[in-house]
Amino acid sequence: MKAQETERRFKGLGVSEGIRIGHAFVYRPLKLEDIQESRADSPERELERLEQAKAACIAELGELIERAKTTVGEEKATILKGQASFLNDPAFYPPMQALVRTEGWSAETAVLRTVGQVAAIFESMASDYMRERAADVRDVGRRLMACLVGDQGASLADIREEVIIVADDLTPSDTVQLDKRYVLGFVTRVGGKTSHTAILAQSLGIAAVLGAGGGIDQIRHGMKLAIDGSSGECIVEPDEETLRSYESKRQSELQESERLKAFGDKPATTKDGFRVEIAANIGTPEEAEGLAERGAEAVGLYRTEFLFMSVSKMPSEDVQYEAYRQAVESMQGRPVVIRTLDIGGDKELPYLDLPEEMNPFLGYRAIRLCLDRKELFLTQLRAIIRAGAHGPVKIMFPMISGLEEWRAAKALYEEARTQLAEEGAKIGEGIEVGIMIEIPSAALLADRFAKEVDFFSIGTNDLVQYTVAVDRMNEKVAELYDYFHPSVIRLIKQVIDASNKSGKWTGMCGSMAGDPLAAPLLVGLGLHEWSMSPASIPKVKAAVASLDREDCVRLAERLLELDTPGEIRAELEAYLTRI
Amino acid sequence: MQTRTVTIVNEAGFHIRPAQLVSEKASAYESTILIKPEGTTNEANAKSILNLMTLGLAKGAVVHIEAEGSDEQEAVDAISQLVESGFGEA
Repeated sequence: MKAQETERRFKGLGVSEGIRIGHAFVYRPLKLEDIQESRADSPERELERLEQAKAACIAELGELIERAKTTVGEEKATILKGQASFLNDPAFYPPMQALVRTEGWSAETAVLRTVGQVAAIFESMASDYMRERAADVRDVGRRLMACLVGDQGASLADIREEVIIVADDLTPSDTVQLDKRYVLGFVTRVGGKTSHTAILAQSLGIAAVLGAGGGIDQIRHGMKLAIDGSSGECIVEPDEETLRSYESKRQSELQESERLKAFGDKPATTKDGFRVEIAANIGTPEEAEGLAERGAEAVGLYRTEFLFMSVSKMPSEDVQYEAYRQAVESMQGRPVVIRTLDIGGDKELPYLDLPEEMNPFLGYRAIRLCLDRKELFLTQLRAIIRAGAHGPVKIMFPMISGLEEWRAAKALYEEARTQLAEEGAKIGEGIEVGIMIEIPSAALLADRFAKEVDFFSIGTNDLVQYTVAVDRMNEKVAELYDYFHPSVIRLIKQVIDASNKSGKWTGMCGSMAGDPLAAPLLVGLGLHEWSMSPASIPKVKAAVASLDREDCVRLAERLLELDTPGEIRAELEAYLTRI
Repeated sequence: MQTRTVTIVNEAGFHIRPAQLVSEKASAYESTILIKPEGTTNEANAKSILNLMTLGLAKGAVVHIEAEGSDEQEAVDAISQLVESGFGEA
């Protein structure tokens, strides 16, 4: 009898590389839709059950709020506090009691009906913000129902051993409960490369297979799984042969990881002594922790948007200051480049009251928004300048399209400094102020900008989209999106050359910087600072260490003569296999 | 019974934060407190966040604060003050 018979395989999208073997932790939070309506014999008994469930639910929320305060901060705990206050609301709980008492419904039915009615009221309101509160109502309803039903369905907060988490989907309010030490990997039914789960997995360096569909239905709690975060393959109850093969792949992976770690401490220098600064991209202050150990010499991009998202009101100057300060202090003397608010109508920010636009990516966003709302911008600038008192800080403005914008932004920066100085506040000195190059108009004017800015940071993600006129999320045209497009490379060269002429530096914070395949080209063009996801740092450092700058300069010249992205990639691949 | 008429002054209107502040304040009083938007038959129990939020009040909306009970005067004063101060927002 072959053991193969118990093994089952299925495939999903590999979004975060890694081979992992472990036991499944099936996370299946209770769905309200699963509950059937029913009547009950004893209303007194149902009322008692309801009361106990409510108490348990409030206690559970209390614990989660405490935990959230230490893991993700007060602001995020606000969502949970809001839920707790619904439970005590006269329009939420008393109607449930009434349904039990006067109509003889079971406690479950009372919860189901009341939650449905209240959520429906929110859903019928005109503002997007109010409609979204319906989700909060359903969320707390689900929690109450779970307490009522005695659903001992596994809670993520209880995980105390290494597991592979299997779920339909994982939201930020789910993953906030995880103790990262115990998570080997994620397998989910839905989701893709840009999901929250994918981004989290990449930044933690764990394996993830998303969009696995119905494949996950065959996994029961505790079953052994082997997953490959690159190919997207998942094996349930792997047989001995499969296990051996996966274990050996895992061993190679660990060895490679060790080898790369050796580069971690050292600066990235080519064989002939050309040194580049390797930095990390972060979205939250927590991500700055431990970056030095992972080989980052600096933070090349701190995306400040996350502070403004998932909160119900504008973060105050002090809230922002605390966050920026935390990031700066975590870096212990290494520079942090903070990008001012880069957001627009594609993201929901109710308190900003953004207009609906036909083309949000060509519209009222980022620096345009900030220059129009001076108070908002000044608040952020002040918070950054104050954080600069705790360590080296640099500021960059996103989506700059012309010199006027840059000059206006710089003037506001000076105004913020003056205000703070007059108030006698402790502020950072010698703060470099630069711009993102992501719009072709700025790249084409790099020589003019270079005279006025302190540095450039090339945002290849958006630069490619605007230059080649392609939306990389649009499946029909996504193939056109390639940072090896000859036009993009010309622009990159133009920017670096312009900065050199004026004695300024150029960095890159788009995903091209973290691609080892691009390393020979970027070394050849003389890019000074490379900022990437922390997970990419070891590979890129290893790549740089294997290169000879002189040779790369000649390679870059050859690449600039080629016509298509395909040819450029092929040439780079051939080059890397030769050396 | 005590009544007072006030106007919502803050930019963002009566969203979750004002609703939380009003319901917390109102819950401290023994009286029954109702918020009635001008020109409608709607009324909200001021102690209920959910009731208050679903009124959907924007900046400029006029409401009547109605309190009935032993501490009705203090209740009306306190809630009016909270609304007129813009809930501490810009």
